[in-house]
Amino acid sequence: MAGFREARGDLRLEGVTKAFGDFTAVDDIDLTVPRGSFFALLGPSGCGKTTTLRMVAGLEQPTAGRVMIGDTDLTGSRPYERPVNTVFQSYALFPHLTIRDNVAFGPKRRKDKDAARRTDEALELVQMTPLAGRKPAQLSGGQQQRVALARALVNHPEVLLLDEPLGALDLKLRREMQVELKRIQTEVGLTFIHVTHDQEEAMTMADTVAVMNRGRIEQLGAPASLYDLPRTRFVANFLGQANTGVGTIEGTDGDHLVADVLGTKVRILRSRSEVHEGQVLFGVRPEKVTVSRDQPAGVGNDVKGVVRDVSFLGVATSYLVDMPSGATWSCYEQNLDVDPIDLRPGDEVWLTWNPGHAFGVPVDDAVVPA
Amino acid sequence: MSGLAQVAGDPGVSRAAPAPESTKRSRTAYLLLLPGALWLGVFFVLPLVQLASVSLQSRYPGFPGYYYRDVNVENYVSALTDYAPHFARSFLYAGLATLLAFVVAYPLAYAMAFKAGRWRNLMMICVIAPFFTSFILRTFAWSQILADEGWVARTLDVLHLLPGGHIINTPVAVVAGLTYNFLPFMVLPIYASLERADPRVIEAGGDLYANGFTTFRTVTLPMSMPGVLAGTLLTFIPAAGDFVNMELLGPQRGKMVGNVINDQFLAIPGGYPVAAALSFTLMAAILAMVFLYVRRFGTEELV
Amino acid sequence: MATVTTPRTTPPATGASSPGYRPSLAKRVQLWLAKHFAMLSAILVLLYLFLPVAYTFAFSFNDHGKTNIVWQGFTWEHWQDPCGVAGACESLVTSLQVGAISTLVATVLGTLMALAMVRYRYRGKAASNVLIFVPMATPEIVMGAALLTIFVQGFSNIGIHLGFGTIVFSHIMFCLSFVVVTVKARIQSLDPRIEEAAQDLYAGPVQTFWKVTFPLILPGILGAAMLAFSLSFDDFIITNFVSGNENTFPKFVYVASRRGIPAEANVIGFSMFVLAVLLVIGAQVVGSARSSRSRGRSRSE
Repeated sequence: MAGFREARGDLRLEGVTKAFGDFTAVDDIDLTVPRGSFFALLGPSGCGKTTTLRMVAGLEQPTAGRVMIGDTDLTGSRPYERPVNTVFQSYALFPHLTIRDNVAFGPKRRKDKDAARRTDEALELVQMTPLAGRKPAQLSGGQQQRVALARALVNHPEVLLLDEPLGALDLKLRREMQVELKRIQTEVGLTFIHVTHDQEEAMTMADTVAVMNRGRIEQLGAPASLYDLPRTRFVANFLGQANTGVGTIEGTDGDHLVADVLGTKVRILRSRSEVHEGQVLFGVRPEKVTVSRDQPAGVGNDVKGVVRDVSFLGVATSYLVDMPSGATWSCYEQNLDVDPIDLRPGDEVWLTWNPGHAFGVPVDDAVVPA
Repeated sequence: MSGLAQVAGDPGVSRAAPAPESTKRSRTAYLLLLPGALWLGVFFVLPLVQLASVSLQSRYPGFPGYYYRDVNVENYVSALTDYAPHFARSFLYAGLATLLAFVVAYPLAYAMAFKAGRWRNLMMICVIAPFFTSFILRTFAWSQILADEGWVARTLDVLHLLPGGHIINTPVAVVAGLTYNFLPFMVLPIYASLERADPRVIEAGGDLYANGFTTFRTVTLPMSMPGVLAGTLLTFIPAAGDFVNMELLGPQRGKMVGNVINDQFLAIPGGYPVAAALSFTLMAAILAMVFLYVRRFGTEELV
Repeated sequence: MATVTTPRTTPPATGASSPGYRPSLAKRVQLWLAKHFAMLSAILVLLYLFLPVAYTFAFSFNDHGKTNIVWQGFTWEHWQDPCGVAGACESLVTSLQVGAISTLVATVLGTLMALAMVRYRYRGKAASNVLIFVPMATPEIVMGAALLTIFVQGFSNIGIHLGFGTIVFSHIMFCLSFVVVTVKARIQSLDPRIEEAAQDLYAGPVQTFWKVTFPLILPGILGAAMLAFSLSFDDFIITNFVSGNENTFPKFVYVASRRGIPAEANVIGFSMFVLAVLLVIGAQVVGSARSSRSRGRSRSE
């Protein structure tokens, strides 16, 4: 292919915007994905993650901005000119070609002399060699998924794009494929960009997760840090569960901000709050909350509530507690004691947490820059 | 192509890249459309324009077959008054044939979609196969089947079910011929839309209503409506313009508008303008009916 | 027609076990008819569809004199020399030629149009839809009349006269819409991601078309071609207007019908029917054999 561009290095998006008529699907995104990392674009449907992916593939052209790999600008080039391959949602295998011919499609188009050998290797990598003579319609969903992966990997792309690749699989198969994908990524060492709406999938697989909402990246970071310290209300609610309450910051106490939330004074580490005055959305993760019958001494950060529901989950017990403000919090208590506290719906309980685990984000997401 | 991408890929012009891309794409579309559209323009639109102009021409008195350019509305007056009965017959016979074709086609389409199982393909071939025999041969065969000395007429005569004594050369034979000739155009679309329907929905309907006819009326029929709509149009339109069935099976007098158009053009010298006016009126009437019909029972897209 | 519920037969009052009890014969016949109503009426309709074909076949053996209208006796004569009647085979050859050329041109032009209409965004899409739809909603007689006026009053000035050429021009025109609609349906059922995948795997627009799009829409194109050929081959009304002195097979039969169609025409007509049916069945058999072979091969690996 005459127009094919070799390019090596990090993937960079600079001020990338995509508008369809009046609708801005992707809004001025800046992003760098280091070479060889497993990167996840996470967000609800319609957040612009797939459009971003398609612009990297060359299937859409940005309205503004640049798509670069290393120092090579790929903006405006066609999909077949880019060192980028895609594993499509629902796989898009060629129904008229055998599995082997599907995988060999890319190398043959590039007139690769080693096409046959590389095809065999790729089939071996995904353990599909025994079925190489079949047509896609004769394979199960999981097998088709592997073929789609082999068909993209065989080209040794600089960047591999995965568009909801596990969405069509059942839960058990999805777990298996998550492990498999991670193994393959480590083995081949390519940059993987994985688009998904499943936060658990993104967190288990990716080194870095970018949470997208309404065409923008809300927050970017390692899964643990996103979970531990969300910076927007959207991220707090989209990644895992969060017990939240709106309050007003009234002052400071050393390293802590003091806010009036849920009719009680709570402390948030100054470094763990995005806002330092006015209204704040206070939040704490369910597993960080301790449930007890009596008010614990001294620590503060305690709220009284009424148990609504108790579910025994084996390793943990989950409580739903109605708060004075009308909100319902959920709490997980690990079942470490032989004799756990015996709570029933209607019982009054005290909820406490370590102030170091709480976080504060702006009440209204719209004003926060990405 | 790659050259263009190289230029577009240059950092300096990258922000302008998408615009030429989209115009290039629509240019390809026009190139693909052009030959076919040109063909339809020259051999469909242009002839209709010519037909419109002929429908307003006048004859040179005394020179049959010669016309001059004019705006002679008389032709249309004649088409709508002198030939009103012909129009009425065309639409009546075509309407009856469409109705009969629906009644005959539906059980067949239904059986093919839900009951035929592995015989489905064979039945499909059986529906299409007769139409590989020339339609004029088959229509002529009907003239033999319905002839006075044929078994159909004799049987009906013995049963005293044949008041006039004949089938052949009556409007009944014409409607029968039209029904037969356009039947597959009714069967195939209905079958196609029934096949797409989920038989479990119909079973659920049977469960809820527990009455065959109610299930059919409230579940099966509405699901096949797009097919019924397409089928009635595909039957009615050619039937309304047909003249062969009338010619081979119908009476000497009381022709349809197709016969008049055919004769005026091909048999009667100087008949062009009135025949053109008749053709135009027929086309306008049918297009108007199609439009109203589609709006009333509407599927968004027929094509 | 729809689901028929079987009425529960009430056991006689004498006892629960009554091995001798059966519904009356009339009742059983009625139940059986109700159960198989759709299939029975379908078979009747199919018989009705084949009745005239059977007549055509039977009368190809009629030892007729001047007219072939009533049965007069059996003969092989017409099958031994189907070209024995002046004009019969000549008109058949003309029809086959017209059909072949019209099918080829209409299929190519129509496929290109269908591709544009499904896969591209362009200004005037609604207009192109109308341009395709209106010819199908126009009675043949109107198209024939319009074509006649333009051929006689317009195109004759540039040296086009009624005959073989004008028949082909007209047939391409009325086949075109049907080709577009058929191929369009096939392209619409094709997942656009499959073509995107080809582009993603380094196939340019030309390679994407020939390696992926074309093989996948080929069944639709072949179906459209078959439809176009049968429309062209059987057309009489438009041909009658634009053929001048040229004779196609339907026109030959129509003209002959005034005197009674010669049995040789029945021979030819019925042979075409058999040929077409064999072709369709052959295509089906080859198709299913191919798919079962590919299944078998993959199993053996």
